[in-house]
Amino acid sequence: MECAGSTKPVSENNKASSTTFDPTLAWRLDERVALRDEEFGALAYHYGNRRLVFLKSRPLVELVKVLEDYESASGAIIATVGEGQAGQYEAALARLATSEVIGVR
Amino acid sequence: MSVETQPTLRDRFKLGLQAPICLTWELTYACNLACIHCLSSSGRRDPNELSTAEALALIDEMAELKIFYVNVGGGEPLVRQDFFELLDHAVDRGVGVKFSTNGTRLDKVRAKRLAETEYVDVQISVDGADAATNDAVRGTGSFAAATRAMDNLAEANFGEFKISVVMTRQNIPQIEQFQDLADRYGAQLRLTRLRPSGRGVDTWDQLHPTAVQQRELYAWLLDHPNVLTGDSFFHLSALGESLDGLNLCGAGRVVCLIDPVGDVYACPFVIHDEFKAGNVRDGGGFTSVWRDSELFTSLREPSSAGACASCGSYDACQGGCMAAKFFTGIPLDGPDPECVFGHGETAMASVPVSLRPGPAVDHSSRVPLRLTSSA
Repeated sequence: MECAGSTKPVSENNKASSTTFDPTLAWRLDERVALRDEEFGALAYHYGNRRLVFLKSRPLVELVKVLEDYESASGAIIATVGEGQAGQYEAALARLATSEVIGVR
Repeated sequence: MSVETQPTLRDRFKLGLQAPICLTWELTYACNLACIHCLSSSGRRDPNELSTAEALALIDEMAELKIFYVNVGGGEPLVRQDFFELLDHAVDRGVGVKFSTNGTRLDKVRAKRLAETEYVDVQISVDGADAATNDAVRGTGSFAAATRAMDNLAEANFGEFKISVVMTRQNIPQIEQFQDLADRYGAQLRLTRLRPSGRGVDTWDQLHPTAVQQRELYAWLLDHPNVLTGDSFFHLSALGESLDGLNLCGAGRVVCLIDPVGDVYACPFVIHDEFKAGNVRDGGGFTSVWRDSELFTSLREPSSAGACASCGSYDACQGGCMAAKFFTGIPLDGPDPECVFGHGETAMASVPVSLRPGPAVDHSSRVPLRLTSSA
């Protein structure tokens, strides 16, 4: 039997779109998503759309895990990775919103 | 540490993961077909196959490892009496099941049961778009059986299933017909690469695509990005633009195979002692084979480009498929036998066919089979 991926792995780099992501809103990890920690970051599997998404850094994984503790995504970003890198983490979250790994609470 | 300056995912994956992304589990060597290219030389059940209790425990281990889905094959998985018990347990534990079947036993009752199960994908294998082309490889009556299974899934409102085709010299001209067949059922087409593994050792020379066909296939795949390939044609990425996927041999790094007796191999196409990492019945279970076995550890070490080092396309194709090289007698750091620049043919020419490694495990039936069909 052939290996693989009838699920097409979708990298967080693909399908970039920021139209669905508002960092002033409160977000959370989608409840249909399971995370598996890896050295490079984590794998996120969405049981609903059956997509596998790669979170490509540990700080991004930590950020995603604590999103639900903050009133806004911006607040979570500043508290975890700091204002200096806010832009790129906002972009990363926007991509995760597009693939439904995170959603508005 | 910034998001954008990370090493590429491909580089990270080469070092291995906590658990495989792409785990194939062959439930049984028993099969009621005898396809001439069967990569696991299936036919007869092995008396040492995992029991139901062992299989259930293995599913629990997969769940603990956060293996989100498993590719189930064989042999023919539906031959196992406990198939639905294992399926239900996997789904209950959050291990989605994608299973491949020849369709012969996918009757209306089983189609309905599958339609009622969440997190199950079904792939029906055909190797020709008509009975003549398909049955020449898979056996008389097998095309009719496969399409009957598709009818049953459609009638049960299963939703989108997959039609899985191994690309051969004989069926590449039918590629549009395969797409039509999939469209007719609202199914997803999946095209994968023929490997010289299992009974394919003896038939690959007659079945594998020509160089011209490989180029046609590459162009067609670029035009049809929604067609699934299991990332199996990455050797074609040397032709230019990369095909969708990781473009990497994942053996022992992101991929492995658990065979019906619990042996763990580096990938589904290398059922051979040289690529056996351990057995799930060993003390540490599958987890320790995956994480600590000598073989997998060595596969995760940086590999040299070997004979391909001077080729400008090495970064694109990564030297191609390990299994294809092994069973055609090419050194593992040599070119893929189907290298798009023809280097594989030169490499193969220096190894007499008699010196190619044969399959180490053979469960082929000793007597001709008759299809048992079920409506």
